[in-house]
Amino acid sequence: MSGGFANTLISLVTQVLHLALILALAPVLTGCVRWLKARLMGRRGPHPLQPWRDLLKLLRKRPVLAENASAISRAAPYVALAAAVLAAALVPSFARGMVLAPFADLLLIAGLLALSRFAMALAGMDVGTAFGGIGATREMTFAALAEPVLVLAALIFAILAGTTNLDVIIGIFQEGALGLRVSLGFAAVALLAVAVAENARIPVDNPATHLELTMVHEAMILEASGRHLALWDFQASLRLTLWLALLAAVFLPFGMAAPGAGPIAWVIGLLVFIVKMAALAFALAVFESAIAKMRVFRVPEFLGAALLLGLLGAVFLFVSTGLS
Amino acid sequence: MSFGQLPYDLAHLLGGAVLLLSFVLLYQRRISAVINAFATQGALLALAAAWQGYVQGAAGLYVTAAIAFGAKAVLIPYALHRLVRRFNLQRGVDPALGIGVSLIAGVALAGFALLVVLPATAGQRALAREDLALALSVVLLGGLMMITRRNLISQVIGLLSLENGLILAAVGVAGMPLVMELSTAALVLMLAVIAGVFALQMGESFQSLDTESLDTHRGEGE
Repeated sequence: MSGGFANTLISLVTQVLHLALILALAPVLTGCVRWLKARLMGRRGPHPLQPWRDLLKLLRKRPVLAENASAISRAAPYVALAAAVLAAALVPSFARGMVLAPFADLLLIAGLLALSRFAMALAGMDVGTAFGGIGATREMTFAALAEPVLVLAALIFAILAGTTNLDVIIGIFQEGALGLRVSLGFAAVALLAVAVAENARIPVDNPATHLELTMVHEAMILEASGRHLALWDFQASLRLTLWLALLAAVFLPFGMAAPGAGPIAWVIGLLVFIVKMAALAFALAVFESAIAKMRVFRVPEFLGAALLLGLLGAVFLFVSTGLS
Repeated sequence: MSFGQLPYDLAHLLGGAVLLLSFVLLYQRRISAVINAFATQGALLALAAAWQGYVQGAAGLYVTAAIAFGAKAVLIPYALHRLVRRFNLQRGVDPALGIGVSLIAGVALAGFALLVVLPATAGQRALAREDLALALSVVLLGGLMMITRRNLISQVIGLLSLENGLILAAVGVAGMPLVMELSTAALVLMLAVIAGVFALQMGESFQSLDTESLDTHRGEGE
């Protein structure tokens, strides 16, 4: 009885530490990517803590809403941020076995991400400006291709691991008994492409620009200001952190503390996690600096290729497990 | 032999990467990007051959790897880049079938390869069967690329990547004599040379490498 209580306590502490870590880290990660990109382009770049400073400044400011803004404009940032925070709480960072682990279903995470995107698209269309509408339609067009990729990846993991629960999947991958599978490689490439698209990074969208005819993410939040803008920015940072943490947890699962492990394993897990995130952030910065933004009309092709790749991985696995 | 053993897993993954590059070949629009993707595929193929040589302890496979790297990752791409510069072909590859449609057809072909290979090789170890399916997919995708592209250089690359699939299948089989691989490699070099000469002739006669311009000369079009 007391053992069960102690385990619950440990998993609760893990969960709280994880959430605090992710919430604190998200803006820093965005800042690091911006700083690295600036360095790679030969500029000095803003301090990595700059996003935090911006957030704190914006949080103190009153949002200015358009005259015809409905309740949607007021509620959407909170809905989007809440969904993103909940999704981020489900993706393990330094340790498995958090208290929410039984709910950490990949399909639920996909749904939460979709909910947060839905809120953003609604907010973009609410006031009725041209830019917001364009951004929202584009985002939904891309989402129609990007979301199935995550579901297909969940299918691949489910065939291999027997479940769509992220915590269990990571545990099985950590043991390494499955080996390197071609389907997993395909799923990794497809998920990387989708992660780039979902976070409005460079070949799909440019996160550093306003007032450009090809923008998507920034177009939807063009009307936001003050507190609301802070929430949108924080939500975008959280999504980036979530996607990188998801990729790191599934495809680079080593170093993560086992459920119920003590503080020493946590510290090791934390250090490994930070190294993994730094490596991914660096890779993202190099990738974004090396590649040009693609035309908007080519994005569905790009995401369609990712979708087909996920499909190929799933078909490969499905047929080979069915026939062998 | 099953999953979870590094030598086989890595060979399998390299085979998958070669197949992935076949899809990249189908996806790319610019001719120079297609050539670069082909060079990468050649390098990956060389890596796969070298890894098989290490695993099987067969020194002959290192020769195959060296030939694959020298010819397919360096020489042929270099020659093709020269051709592209000479005829000023920096524009797109002008697919006869849309990129999206050819990718869908590619996935269907890969599934078809699996469906054909797996029942036919029942009783063998799982990884060898899947490796064979991967190689067959690469062959079929090379054929698809030859069918769906109008540009001569793309068609040549389709043929060469088809041959990459053959080599991939050959290196995965333990005990394949080196003569086989050497003769395929020689064949491919001959093909590349002939294609190069053909491209030069065609470029000088028609000022383009679009094979559509040949249609009127074989009595079909008007």
